[in-house]
Amino acid sequence: MGQAHIAVTRQEIEDFLYEEAALLDAWKLDEWLALLTADAYYRVPSNDRPESDPGGTLFTIADDIARIRSRVARLKDRNAHAEFPPSRTRRLITNVRITEHDPLRVEANFVVYRYRSNDDARQYVGRYRYLLRKEGARLRIAGREAILDAMELASLGAVSFIL
Amino acid sequence: MRLVVNEPQAFRFEVNRAALVDPAIHELEQRRIFDRCWIYVGHESELAAPGDFKTRAVAGRPVIFCRNNENEARVFLNTCRHRGSLVCRSREGNAERYTCFYHGWTYDRDGALYAVPGQSAYPPGFDKTAFSLKAPPRVESYRGFVFLNFDPNAVSLDEYLGNAKEYIDLVIDQSPSGEMQVIQGTQEYDIRANWKLLVENSFDDYHLLSTHSTWLDYLKSSGVEMKRPEKGEMLPAHGAGKDLGNGHATTDNVNFRGRPVARWIPIYGEAAKPELEKIRAELVARLGEARAARVADTNRNLIVFPNLVLADGSSVTIRTFQPLAADRMRVTAWALGPKEESATARAVRLDSFLTFYGPGGFATPDDIAALESVQQGLATYREIPWSVMSRGMAKEGEQLNTDELHLRAFWIQWDKLISQ
Repeated sequence: MGQAHIAVTRQEIEDFLYEEAALLDAWKLDEWLALLTADAYYRVPSNDRPESDPGGTLFTIADDIARIRSRVARLKDRNAHAEFPPSRTRRLITNVRITEHDPLRVEANFVVYRYRSNDDARQYVGRYRYLLRKEGARLRIAGREAILDAMELASLGAVSFIL
Repeated sequence: MRLVVNEPQAFRFEVNRAALVDPAIHELEQRRIFDRCWIYVGHESELAAPGDFKTRAVAGRPVIFCRNNENEARVFLNTCRHRGSLVCRSREGNAERYTCFYHGWTYDRDGALYAVPGQSAYPPGFDKTAFSLKAPPRVESYRGFVFLNFDPNAVSLDEYLGNAKEYIDLVIDQSPSGEMQVIQGTQEYDIRANWKLLVENSFDDYHLLSTHSTWLDYLKSSGVEMKRPEKGEMLPAHGAGKDLGNGHATTDNVNFRGRPVARWIPIYGEAAKPELEKIRAELVARLGEARAARVADTNRNLIVFPNLVLADGSSVTIRTFQPLAADRMRVTAWALGPKEESATARAVRLDSFLTFYGPGGFATPDDIAALESVQQGLATYREIPWSVMSRGMAKEGEQLNTDELHLRAFWIQWDKLISQ
């Protein structure tokens, strides 16, 4: 174990991920941003290349921190028509595993239900891959990747909210 | 029933909304449009080596897009000649042969029937050569773009593309070797709307200000300078709409956004600046100032009738869409870049793509929302049968990208084919 080894329990991680999920489901996006490090990334790979690098592969989303902040600014604007009025989402997060301690990597399964007026309910199913860091006593997200299980987005349509 | 009203003298152009709603018209256009036109299959660069294949739906049929032993691109209908099962059920891969798992009939890379288990039980005269995988009647390509046609009597692809070729060439001229490459990673998503709404949306620049204000705000806040529109125009830079004949049409705009070839914007980061300057210098050296400026400083969204979009804007995207029903389509989109592009330039290209395009971009999701909103509104098509599409009609000379000449060009061809 390296020097950066972070002493952390799965329960702490779960509490943290549940808190994040609650913020996203409540559209408390500024508070969600506060969970991210200054160099955080957020990615959703293309469904047919789930294990790839965004430098050489087309992703659905490959945001650095500046783009994440712009994404949040956009989502808070009533002219982000795909999310105005905002979707209702509900995230179920399970099977949380610490896969590496140094750096701290965590995986979890998710189902995100998404509802909009005049639209079918949609179920986004997949797994999260997190890179976490401790800043002082607090856990922070240095990277999060949402990898969808669907073979193609198909009836899921767009990923216009934060998955 | 009249579906398109085109009366230039009266400055009147209207589309009957039944064309976007009625299942009977959806069925009719499968036969009269998709069975007669050249329909995009894929790009040769998607298949790297002999035996490589992709399966996809084209014009409502499952097809195998593959390379044979001679490294030629081939297209086969993906159905076993025995009982009809899909012969290849994987999305992609490399195959020595294609074996139907149901009874085990096996085909080689040229579609010839290679093996039939228990062949001796077939009566005398059973001829394996009569049961090759069937190819569409016509398969032709233009500079790597492969199309099929179900009409054996169709004009050649070259003649069909006509003036659209100039606009395909402009995209390919980004590449020093003249070879563009589909980059891995496919965006494949449904829109709950009629496919023709996406044709319109893909090059209708009139919607840019209202639908994509958050994208424009994003560019501005990141430091992209935007001029006030000239008198009589809506957008920060001049743009034209052009009818290319045969239903093909394009926008042809002076660029105001960032482009990986070759206009740096702060979003790309300081580190990418020298790389873009190098790309620009190569373009000028190879093509001369004027042609380089044409390639780099204009952006164009080209529609190849009926369902291929080649958008050369914030990046290059190939986008095609298959109608699934009158009110639903499946969109497939890829990024396209020069084959020999450096890793830095490739990363800029893909990052720039995602600023605008795709189901997670800052613009496309709002387009999807707009189209789905239109489709829902069109349930009133019996009460309000007509959509007006007359912008620019009273104007002499050049038509703007925010006018609708290019949309009308598509609809006129659609109306011509659907009526005969």
